[in-house]
Amino acid sequence: MDDQMAARIRANPRFIELERKRKRFAWTLTIIMLVIYYGFLALVAFAPNWMGASFIGSVTIGFPVGIAVILSAIILTGIYVVRANGEFDRMSHQIVEYQNMEFRPKRGGYR
Amino acid sequence: MSRFTLGLIAGLCLVLVASASYGAGAVEGAVSKQATNWTAIWMFLAFVCVTMGITYWAAKRTTSTKDYYAAGGGISGFQNGVAIAGDYMSAASFLGISALCYGSGFDGLIYSIGFLVGWPIIMFLMAEPLRNLGRFTFADVVSYRMQPLPMRAMAATGTLVVVAFYLIAQMVGAGQLIQLLFGLDYWIAVVIVGILMIIYVTFGGMLATTWVQIIKAVLLLCGATVIAVLVLNQFNWNISTLLARAVQVHPKHDAILRPDGQVSNVISAFSLGTALMFGTAGLPHILMRFFTVADAKEARKSVFWATTFIGYFYILTFVIGFGAITLVLTNPQYVDPSGALIGGSNMAAVHLAHAVGGNILLGFISAVAFATILAVVSGLTLSGASAVSHDLYASVFRHGRVAEGMEVRVSKITTLVLGVVAIILGIVFEKINVAFMVGLAFAIACSANFPVLLLSMYWKGLTTWGAFVGGFVGLISAVAGTVFSPSIWTALLGLPNPPFPYVSPALFSMPLSFLVCFVVSLLDRSRTARLEAQAFEAQYVRSQTGIGIEEAATH
Repeated sequence: MDDQMAARIRANPRFIELERKRKRFAWTLTIIMLVIYYGFLALVAFAPNWMGASFIGSVTIGFPVGIAVILSAIILTGIYVVRANGEFDRMSHQIVEYQNMEFRPKRGGYR
Repeated sequence: MSRFTLGLIAGLCLVLVASASYGAGAVEGAVSKQATNWTAIWMFLAFVCVTMGITYWAAKRTTSTKDYYAAGGGISGFQNGVAIAGDYMSAASFLGISALCYGSGFDGLIYSIGFLVGWPIIMFLMAEPLRNLGRFTFADVVSYRMQPLPMRAMAATGTLVVVAFYLIAQMVGAGQLIQLLFGLDYWIAVVIVGILMIIYVTFGGMLATTWVQIIKAVLLLCGATVIAVLVLNQFNWNISTLLARAVQVHPKHDAILRPDGQVSNVISAFSLGTALMFGTAGLPHILMRFFTVADAKEARKSVFWATTFIGYFYILTFVIGFGAITLVLTNPQYVDPSGALIGGSNMAAVHLAHAVGGNILLGFISAVAFATILAVVSGLTLSGASAVSHDLYASVFRHGRVAEGMEVRVSKITTLVLGVVAIILGIVFEKINVAFMVGLAFAIACSANFPVLLLSMYWKGLTTWGAFVGGFVGLISAVAGTVFSPSIWTALLGLPNPPFPYVSPALFSMPLSFLVCFVVSLLDRSRTARLEAQAFEAQYVRSQTGIGIEEAATH
């Protein structure tokens, strides 16, 4: 890809929209995951006794908390895949198609 | 090749059988109590035969460089996800984490969670640009718009160092495990693993490595599920009863149900957690897997499946660890009079398999554990070999002017050399702590590889010099922090007052690497730095849309 083509795509409003949406979505999910994980570590480091308190019978609070962290990792990746493979990929295809249609190298190229 | 392979299989069978029958008595102490496990040996031989068949099939299909490094880009997202899970569920995590649960209960969960949470980060920030920018190694991505020589030299160094530590850990684990399970001498076990791995990788390349990994992952998931189901069945599917019984018999009593010991120091806990989380995103053999799928869509699917399987597996490991407390700890058959596990603490899951499923399940789990090590070392070696052939040989020494066949040949020779080196290191480091070596590999991966990779994809201002200096500072500080930490300084070298008092250097070495990348890049006012910033636009557009990526599965 040459710089002209890159600049053209960069200026395409669809690309700007895709980039903005995806960036916001990806970083939001990243921050949620970081907060969950470092929150879990903070509980481990600062509240071990609370984690060791009874939840149901011999099951202590730490167990459901830990399992919840594992499930949250799976669910967050699932959420990302659904949106990225659906909405984002559709936008991405539109950008590529537009690019190919408008600027298909004609005889002698478009430069 | 087929005759050669058959000969090798026959030879290996002979070695296995001969040493099993004659060598068993030679192993001293606790280990000699284990009778030669014929079920395990036959199951393992079956695995070797099937995978050799796959290697033969893959060898016929592997003709181009792209076939060799990336299985022609024709692996589906689901298949790749299973293979990634296979790469990740190493014997160290199966035996090690269940042993950790067996020894200290809840703390085992802290490790599993740390190993898992790196995956969402890979999904959100890395999978897509990685697939859209790279071809065979992650060095392709970091050198995309930068000067190829220093970038590839740095990435190859990071790859080889991480691979070396990870490889030693797996080889040592293999030797100890096989010594116990099959009644073989340690060195014979290490040599067998080395030879099989060399065959898979040199003949079958990425395609064979991927399928070996997929088969092993499925077997491991099934085996672990069966153990966990049998354990839960003994307690009428009541977790509370299982835990109550564990508390009753474990010497630490109710301390096993809360965070304790290992991670008591706050900074150590956060530092270890950081290494586990971001280390995953810098492991070269994992990153390489993203180039085996056709496009970003499949890459994302593979991360989702990998996360799901790995998360499920870690929940199983946890049940297995607690199951071992209740069923193995109390049984004199598995524990010597001093209260230690026969064969070492890593054997908790293996003994549990015997306790709930008799010899058949023991044989199955032993064979799967061996297969696991074999598959993981193959993946590691392929990644180390491609760093040498694709990054160092083809790009740095030959400046990209190299015939396809030659590059693959160099890769195969490197595989051979790496295999021999791995065998020697495995024998030399027999006594090293496996979990510790894995921890070090993660710390280096997150300090040397991850910052450079992330910044090269997202920060326009990163320059070659910034990345080069930052990457090496991360690498050196991670190694130094480990050497000066209590686990080496005090435990290994016997020196008082470790200069660096925490279990993992990652909390300091990773931010330091980011900082150096930033500062050096900002200070870099050279002409090349300006050109690299200009080239970012085209790289960014491609990383976001995939425009310009070669058509996958070209033939």
